[in-house]
Amino acid sequence: MSDRFLSKTASDLEPSGIRRFFDLAASMEGVISLGVGEPDFTTSWKIREASILSLEEGYTSYTANPGIPELRQEIAYYYASKYNTAYDPLEEVLVTVGASQAIDLAIRAIVNPGDEVIVVRPSFVSYLPVVQLVGGVPVPVDTTDVTHFIPTVEQIEAAITERTKAILICSPNNPTGTVMDKKSLADLAELCVAHDLVVISDEIYSELSYDEPHTSIASLDGMKERTIIINGFSKGFAMTGWRLGFALGPEAIVQAMLKIHQYTTMCASTTAQYGALEALRNGWDDVVHMKKSYQRRRNYIVRSFEEIGLPCHKPGGAFYAFPSIRPTGLSSVEFAEALLNEEKVAVVPGNVFGPSGEGHIRCSYASSMDHLQEAIRRMERFVSSYLASSQEEASEAVSTKP
Amino acid sequence: MNEKEIEVLEIIEHNGRQSIDTIAKMIDLSVEETAEIIKHLEDKKVIVEYAAVIDWAKVEGDSTIKAMIDVKVTPKREVGFDEIARRIYRYDEVKSVYLMSGAYDLSVTVEGKSMAQVAQFVSEKLSTLDSVLSTTTHFIMKQYKHDGTIFDEGDSDKRIVVSP
Ligand SMILES: Cc1ncc(COP(=O)(O)O)c(C=O)c1O
Repeated sequence: MSDRFLSKTASDLEPSGIRRFFDLAASMEGVISLGVGEPDFTTSWKIREASILSLEEGYTSYTANPGIPELRQEIAYYYASKYNTAYDPLEEVLVTVGASQAIDLAIRAIVNPGDEVIVVRPSFVSYLPVVQLVGGVPVPVDTTDVTHFIPTVEQIEAAITERTKAILICSPNNPTGTVMDKKSLADLAELCVAHDLVVISDEIYSELSYDEPHTSIASLDGMKERTIIINGFSKGFAMTGWRLGFALGPEAIVQAMLKIHQYTTMCASTTAQYGALEALRNGWDDVVHMKKSYQRRRNYIVRSFEEIGLPCHKPGGAFYAFPSIRPTGLSSVEFAEALLNEEKVAVVPGNVFGPSGEGHIRCSYASSMDHLQEAIRRMERFVSSYLASSQEEASEAVSTKP
Repeated sequence: MNEKEIEVLEIIEHNGRQSIDTIAKMIDLSVEETAEIIKHLEDKKVIVEYAAVIDWAKVEGDSTIKAMIDVKVTPKREVGFDEIARRIYRYDEVKSVYLMSGAYDLSVTVEGKSMAQVAQFVSEKLSTLDSVLSTTTHFIMKQYKHDGTIFDEGDSDKRIVVSP
């Protein structure tokens, strides 16, 4: 065994629960997948075309480390026009390799070993490991469907210590689809100002907010100077494979992120940056079209889950439903494995997003209506057999009582 | 037209066979409310017909020939182009008629069992109509996309089965 070559950090790192489930699902034929965390749309042709054109014109060298200036300009304009928050495109905007790299850079730029970062859970799988990789201490705040997965001020306040440096939030959320309303964001903002905390706000799903316009916490009073916005092109523009994201924040932090970016990555892909430029300039009709389509599928899947006996809060954004599977009496892993084996529907067990995800499964509705309908038919068959047996068990338990 | 009515139209334009139950869930109304909207749209002839988009090229033995014909006409006083358009669209061979701006006046789609049949229709029926000045016939050789539907090959789902 060559384990002895591994760094302690690398060997201590937990493999992603999603990864494990992926291997299982990928080995089977004929699976309908609700396990996919990415749009089912192909990037719109005009964006692909703009990238091809950039190649034809010979844009094949490095760009400036923080990204091509026109793209930073468009990103700054996007936040200025949508959220009324002004960022200097030259100093306060950084183009990254996906939102993923932006999260990593943000953490690396602010966290000292031993610093605590509050992470609202259920959460995207990379948040905790990324904090751990720099020797930081993730402090989970676990939310439940009782509060629609929105943390209460009391919960957050209870988690704050002298070592707390930052709080990481994600709205709309992966895996719950929850959108933090303006009031909860304002309460959180007040707390962060009072305790002098940085907020890392993952807004990768901001364009997929269905019931109300998305609010960026950076636009609230006193927050711009303490918020690092993480966003990107993966979800709203259906560009996951392009690996293009960005961060906006206070100059000092963004410049620190830029230093790390410059030494570790140089710059994001040039070809992708030209595609992204076209996306921000001319891609909005497609965003609206895709969003409308997700919204209808959300409505469909949430009501269908309720009908087949899986209680499901109505998520305000992203493309995930996070129904409760407790009525079946199964754990989330048991449910997901049995559903895959018996009915060939892949979902992600909620517990991979933290213990507060237990009792739930993540179902992506970024799938055609035909697939969703078939998935619901299969799940109905599956769930009804377990509901029947868990009711039998319950009644047996009653009848065998002395 | 209200928002929900437009949503219904968008959904069934894409898939005319979608069940009322599914449509109701998608637009977040009750089945009864949705059925009422659909009935209303049918009554008002906003929904004209439920049709399927078929790739006849895949049907063995099908020899349907399609042509698009540019037609120049002299419009008539009072009735303009409408009278001649009506005379043309009543033929069974004619599948669509549009009034166009630009180099010609009417765009007419004609279907027949053979090129000869279509040619015959154009030369004997269409060209000989009183107000028709000239026709230019373009035979359709292959259909790539029709009414927003791509015939070539669907974009297959290239995503991995489970992802973050
Ligand atoms: C909450 C969240 N943040 C970040 C990412 C990563 O996005 P990107 O593809 O831009 O790296 C994802 C992708 O699933 C996500 O769900």
